[in-house]
This record gives sequence, structure tokens and C-alpha cells, in this order.
Amino acid sequence: MSSIATLRQHPAASRVGVVLIAVALALLPFVLANIGTAWVRITNLAILYVFLALGLNIVVGFAGLLDLGYIAFYAVGAYVYALLASPHFDLHLPFWVILPLGALLACFFGVLLGTPTLKLRGDYLAIVTLGFGEIIRIFLNNLSQPVNITNGPQGITLIDPFHIGSFSFAQPQTLGGLTFSGPIKYYYFLIVVLVLVIVLNLRLQDSRIGRAWEAIREDEIAARAMGINTRNMKLLAFAMGASFGGIAGGMFSAMQGFISPESFVLVESVNVLAMVVLGGMGNIPGVILGAILLSFAPEVLRYTVGPVQQQLFGRTLIDPEVIRMLLFGFTLVIMMLFRPAGILPSATRKRELEGKRAP
Amino acid sequence: MKAAAPLATRAAHGEVLLAGEGITKRFGGVQALSEVSFTIRRGEIYGLIGPNGAGKTSLFNVLTGIYEADGGRFVFDGAPLGGRKPNEVAALGIARTFQNIRLFANLSALENVMIGRHVRTHASVFGAVFRDARTRAEEAAIEERAYELLTYVGVHRRANDLAKHLAYGDQRRLEIARALATDPKLLALDEPAAGMNATETATLRALLDHIRADGTTILLIEHDMKLVMSVCDRVLVLDYGRKIAEGPAAEVQKDDKVIAAYLGGDVALNLKGN
Repeated sequence: MSSIATLRQHPAASRVGVVLIAVALALLPFVLANIGTAWVRITNLAILYVFLALGLNIVVGFAGLLDLGYIAFYAVGAYVYALLASPHFDLHLPFWVILPLGALLACFFGVLLGTPTLKLRGDYLAIVTLGFGEIIRIFLNNLSQPVNITNGPQGITLIDPFHIGSFSFAQPQTLGGLTFSGPIKYYYFLIVVLVLVIVLNLRLQDSRIGRAWEAIREDEIAARAMGINTRNMKLLAFAMGASFGGIAGGMFSAMQGFISPESFVLVESVNVLAMVVLGGMGNIPGVILGAILLSFAPEVLRYTVGPVQQQLFGRTLIDPEVIRMLLFGFTLVIMMLFRPAGILPSATRKRELEGKRAP
Repeated sequence: MKAAAPLATRAAHGEVLLAGEGITKRFGGVQALSEVSFTIRRGEIYGLIGPNGAGKTSLFNVLTGIYEADGGRFVFDGAPLGGRKPNEVAALGIARTFQNIRLFANLSALENVMIGRHVRTHASVFGAVFRDARTRAEEAAIEERAYELLTYVGVHRRANDLAKHLAYGDQRRLEIARALATDPKLLALDEPAAGMNATETATLRALLDHIRADGTTILLIEHDMKLVMSVCDRVLVLDYGRKIAEGPAAEVQKDDKVIAAYLGGDVALNLKGN
């Protein structure tokens, strides 16, 4: 947070910085589209991972509750959207109705997971949440019998894209000589939501609620002795984290147009957790960085490892996927050895009380 | 500098603030506390002493809701405490420190104290997210009060340092500031002078006098007899979970049973023989 604290002291510099970042973000999709349309989609998915990482960061980073089943909330949000906006039930509700609904249901599941696990910590909590994640996935896989709700492993197809009246996020559109493809429209929508989510997270962290979470993370017994209702605060963390996952899930559904239980396996939970840990648990800029790095790295490798081998040896000796996992594991081990607190560990917030500081 | 804690209690100086009635606690076959009864009056510093394992910390933990009593009850400020959770006990006005310091190690000293204000403030998630005028005012007040308390205990120079980086004596005093932030009627300190050198202990004694003068009643577990005898109005002595004496410090000091508990029965008798 030190960078943000510095910016607060230099409002002019921070305003210029914000404008520069905004311009860069606005131009980014067109630059990416020139390299290849796929890169815009990859960026959109990366932003979804940032949502997920920020949501999980509330549970793991702020409140210190190790959650290995976080992807279940993503799944809940995705399925709520898919079921209410696809030919599967022939329901086509607008996205601004479904996204909050998905968040609400995910929130409910968050509390459902939180309630029985209130007294668990560390390893024990991790095992229960892991089980919870698997239960949700297995349910989704099997809820095609006797009444077909989720369509089982085949998943749900032809999910509606976002649309407001006749304005659809899926069709390309030309405006003032610029072509806005579907993914580019989603990109802008995601960026707007992302800014809101980041502001929300920053404000939550620097508040009475955020401090209570941090107190629980640091020492639960002391937190209770200071009058913090640890039960409510933990449930709140689970609920808030889950809602973020639910919203991200809904957007994932709309963007992909197809979902199946396969998208919500344990490895995905682990992946999101790795983003939080790699970036710097509890530090919002760090978590964002971790999510961006870990979601782009595999794609960059996918496009480079193959061609490089072709150049060197004339054929692909090692499958890019294998190299990816190798590098991934290697990086994590190195990180844990040399920077256990993450790339951008959370620093103390400096508070300045004018006229009251001791020399 | 004075703490801005409510001093309304001062008028009622001398009346009973906390009464323990037959407090009993067992751990398996071990009788940690048996039928311990005592009263703490408003505005006094009440010492709780006894040899290691006498049940002092157990009594603290039962009082603050960490353990549930197997028998007896506490009456605090006119209302029974039975079955309350630690956070409810804190909300009622009993704040404590811990024998083995339990600060929020990776947060700054100031934030530690700010967390102590949690129980007396109200901002919800909506307030936190929307930052309305009331929440902003509350936040500013929390920060200011926290800084005031840091100054009060004398660790304001380390306000922005992580709690774990503070010197041992500073950590002890920071824990007291954090407890005071909850606006307690009763401040329960578990061996605050443990590991302190003579200078630090003297500073602590002055601090305790200050806190009492500002209207907060203190319950003090302490092994440093010099400190107990100089600062406490009355003392409760526990041995093997039983109350063996209660009264003014000077009287308790001369009590045969107390001397026996500390020195062993034979030694005490020999001393008396001489």
C-alpha cells in the first residue's frame, strides 16, 4: 500500500498517473486486437481472474481463512447465469438481473460453507473447503437426473451474451471508423466493473471491517478479547468473497457462451490461491499483479515455447503444457524460498496525523 | 495527558464493580479453581497473586469468557456475566491483556489500538464502501483516539511501526493501550511487568496509577511483589485454585497461609519459630 500512500501525498502526480493508466487501458484492446483477436479474449479472462483473486483475497488475505474451494462460488455464479439466460430452460433474463442474483446465491453458499467451519483454521479449514468445492462440482456434474437441471457433464450451451435492448455485447460494431468487436466490448465492461471492485476492496481493507478481519487473521483470541464478533466477521468475509466469485462466474458464462463442470475443477481453486499468494497475500496491488502474471504466463508460453523449439530443433520436443507446469512449479518454489510474502508484500499503512506527530 | 474515558463511574467510587461468587473450573481431573469468591470495588487496583499454577490465569479466562465456569458466577456492574462470549464481555466493559503478549503482530502499533475501538464504533460494510460523512468522522475519531492512547502509554513514537518490531516493554504498554481503547470499566492485566527491568516497571507503576486516577478499575495479576504491594489497594491470593487470603496488601503480606504458599509450609513455620 506504500505506493498508494505516496500517491495520496502528491495529488497532482496521482491525477496524471490515473489519466495515463486510463488512456493505456482504453487503447490496450486495439493494440491486442492487432496482434490477434485471441489476445483480447485472453485479457478478458485475465480480468476475470483478477476478480476471483481479489474475492479470494478477502477470505485468505484479509481474514486469514484458507479456502481451497473458492472456485465453487465462481461455478455457482456461472450456472445461475447459464440457467437463467439460455435455451436450456428457455429463460432469457437480462444480465443486470442475473448478475446480482448470482452474487446473492454465491453469497448464500459462502455463508453455508462458513457456518459449519467457524471453529476451524488452517489445514482443517482447507480440507473442508476443498471438499465443499468438490461437492459443488460433483453436484453440477450429476444434477441431470432425475430432473435435468444442469445438463450434467455436457454443460450448457448457447448462453446469451450480455445485451441491453438491441445492443448486444456479442456483435461487432463500427463507431467512428473503429471496429468494436464483441471481446472488446466485454473488455470495456470488465474494466469498469474491475475499477469498482478495486475501489470497493481498497475501502473495505481500510475500514473498521477490514481492520477486524486483519485482527482475526493475526490473532483470533485477542480479536475476540477486543470485542470483535469473530463469528459475524468471518461469515462476512466468506459472504463477500463468495459474491465476487459469483459475479465473475456470471460474466464468464456470458463471455464463453458455454460452461460445463470441467471449468470448475480443484486445480482452478489452487490456481486462484496461487495468484493471491504469489502476488502478496492481503495486498491488493500485489494480488492484482499475481492474477495478471499467472493468467498471462501460460498463454505467452503457449505461443512461444512451440515456435522456439521449432526454430531450434526443427520440431516440438517437449509439449508446451509440460513446460508450462514445470516453469509454474519452479517459479512458485523459488518465490516461496526468496519472497515468501509475495511479489508485492503488504506494507504497513503509514498514517499521518497532522500536528500530532512526535519528532 | 488524560484519557478521555467516561468518568461517570467516579461518583460511585467504592461500590462493588465485579463480584465472583464460588467460581469453579475443572480441567479433567485438575481442579483449576474451586469456589473462589471475591469482590472488586470501583476505582481500586485489585491484585491477584499466587504461586505458579495457582489458577490466576484460569480465573482471568473464565472472567473474560474464554473458558466456561463449571460452577459459580460473576456479577459485573450489576448484571451476571454467565455464558457470555469473550466479545460480549469486552462490550460490557472488561478489557484484558495476555500473559504471553498477544498483539496483532503484523499490524502497526496505531492499528492495534484502532482495532480496540471496534467494539465502540459502528461502521458497517456500507459505511466502509460508501464512506459517508458519518463513517469518515468515525474513522477520524478512531484514529485520533488511538493516537491519544498511544501517547497516554508512551509508545506514540512507534505509532507506524509493526507491533512485532516494538521493544518488549513497549509491546506490553501497547497491549494496555489497545485494551484501554475499548473504554473498559475494568482493565484486567495478566502479568504486565513480566520480563521488564526496574526502569520499565517504574514507568508501568506510574501508568497504572494514572489509569486508576482517570477512573478505570484495574485487576492485576503480577509476580513482582514489590509492584503489587506498592500499587494494589487490595489483593486476592490463590493457591491450588483456592482462595487463601483477600484483603489490603499490607495485611495479606503477613498472612501465615500466604507465606506458607509462597515459601512452602515448613519454611514458614520455621520462620515463625524464630
